[in-house]
Amino acid sequence: MNKPAVETKPNIEVCDGNKAVAHAVRLSRPDVVAVYPITPQSAVGEWLSRWNDEGTLNAEVVRVEGENSSMGVCCSASLTGGRVFTGTSSWGLLFMMDGLHYAAGYRIPVVMTNANRETPGIFTIGNSSQDMWSVRDAGWIQVNVEDNQEILDAVIMAYRIAEDTDILLPMMVCYDGFYLSYRKDPLEIPAQDDVDAFLAPLKQSKRNIVTPDDPMVFGIPSFFPKDQGEGCTEFRYKHSAALERVKDKIDTVDKDFEAIFGRSYAGQIEAYRTDDADIVLVATGSVCGTAKVVVDKMRDDGVKVGLIKVRLLRPFPKEKIAKVLEGKKGIGVIDRSVCFGYHCGHLYMELKSALALEGLPTTLPTLNFIGGLANLDITVEQVETTINLTLAASKGETVEEVTWLSLEE
Amino acid sequence: MREIRVHGRGGQGAVTAGDMIVIAAVMGGEFGSSFPLYGDARRGAPVVAFVAIDDQRIRLKTQVYTPDCLIVLDSRQKDWPETYKGVKSEGILVVNHTNTIEQQPHPNIIKAGAVDATQIAMEEIGIPAFNTCMLGAFAATTEWIELDSILGALEKTFSGEILKKNIKSAERGYKEVKGSSW
Repeated sequence: MNKPAVETKPNIEVCDGNKAVAHAVRLSRPDVVAVYPITPQSAVGEWLSRWNDEGTLNAEVVRVEGENSSMGVCCSASLTGGRVFTGTSSWGLLFMMDGLHYAAGYRIPVVMTNANRETPGIFTIGNSSQDMWSVRDAGWIQVNVEDNQEILDAVIMAYRIAEDTDILLPMMVCYDGFYLSYRKDPLEIPAQDDVDAFLAPLKQSKRNIVTPDDPMVFGIPSFFPKDQGEGCTEFRYKHSAALERVKDKIDTVDKDFEAIFGRSYAGQIEAYRTDDADIVLVATGSVCGTAKVVVDKMRDDGVKVGLIKVRLLRPFPKEKIAKVLEGKKGIGVIDRSVCFGYHCGHLYMELKSALALEGLPTTLPTLNFIGGLANLDITVEQVETTINLTLAASKGETVEEVTWLSLEE
Repeated sequence: MREIRVHGRGGQGAVTAGDMIVIAAVMGGEFGSSFPLYGDARRGAPVVAFVAIDDQRIRLKTQVYTPDCLIVLDSRQKDWPETYKGVKSEGILVVNHTNTIEQQPHPNIIKAGAVDATQIAMEEIGIPAFNTCMLGAFAATTEWIELDSILGALEKTFSGEILKKNIKSAERGYKEVKGSSW
């Protein structure tokens, strides 16, 4: 048989979002990996288990009996000084909810991925951002990415952020289930030496390690509620302050990453063609890829529109977003989830609050579009609709504040 | 950007076929992406895979609504009107079918390639794994991707005896596809 005439670059591999996660974890050399399968991310654990057996990964892979135990394994192993990883989605993420709060409250630098998927209640096997947003108050760092290369790169960067002495917080890299987890793309797989060099500064990072020789109690055991309350208040304050420090850290780490790998994601947010834009879309996740294509197309038609891709969800980059939106005439927010109690999307609620806190005029026309629930597509036509309605609102026309795309009237 | 929709049934390899087109496109120096649409995994249920190839990175994250090419693994689906939904004018059909396509299946289809992929796969592989034969027919009918790139994609997907058999099957698909045009 003849060898094919064409040769692909050795470091380019066509793989899906799940394998992108697995590659990033392998290259980051974790000590302990906890795996439990759930659609649409089971392949993450399958690849890591396989590579561990083959010897290209040298970790302790723990096959647990459920996601609640995954987080337990990760927290314990991290407290002994190990680098840890687990991946999950939807039902699994919610099943470790107490573990998520433990990890954040104890300042344990667990790195985890979540393949965004609808939550229980309506049984669906499809994408949405409902799970990711449901855990936004657990105290974790959360980022949400646009494509598979960004998944791979963001997971490697997550270790640099989570394990940094200035931060010491768990970090969740979220990526759209199905749309990215099952999507095949050509990816550049970084060289091991480069990843080692990028993560090398962590060797200087300091954190409390639990050993049998030096037992510690975590928590504030006290029979006096006042002591307990004051201790807790101090912990909470320090935790919240550490989260705030993530904003600068993610920007710095992104620059360090670019210096080695030549790829940048602009840190907290990416402002796409916003400089001279009159109206700006705000979105997060895989839909940003489609939105960029539509923005380019509408720009060709003379519409001055741009996009803010929100990468960092927790802490919420309100200062950066407000700076881009200052002086704009209209904003359209695309959501892939429902914020119950506000009757709008989560990102919209976050954005409205950010604008108010940053002192932008409350008269600025802002619209919300909810789409893509339960694996529905957010189509090119729908993104065009969001731009056209935002444009109309910016010109003073009356437009419904929240539009549920794909909802039959 | 050229968009392809692969129509098949669970177990026929529609998703793998889509993935191998992307690998082949990348080996030929282009970019590509593919993703499937199915709910819970079920053998026999209709499955669709969406593929895009372009000379730049694919940013669009939507399904394929206006395909330039349809690959139909399950010959009955060539008679379903919904298979042709949105197909662009100057569209191409590649179908697993025993005979040459005599009648234009849709006004927008101007070229069709038919190959008895099930028979070829039975002869070469011994099981009805006909998706790789269809990739050979796809390369010959569209001329978008070199056969060598398709064979390269097979090398990245299979190994050993199975690889050899699939290469035979793809080569026969390339040679034996019967074309028609309108």
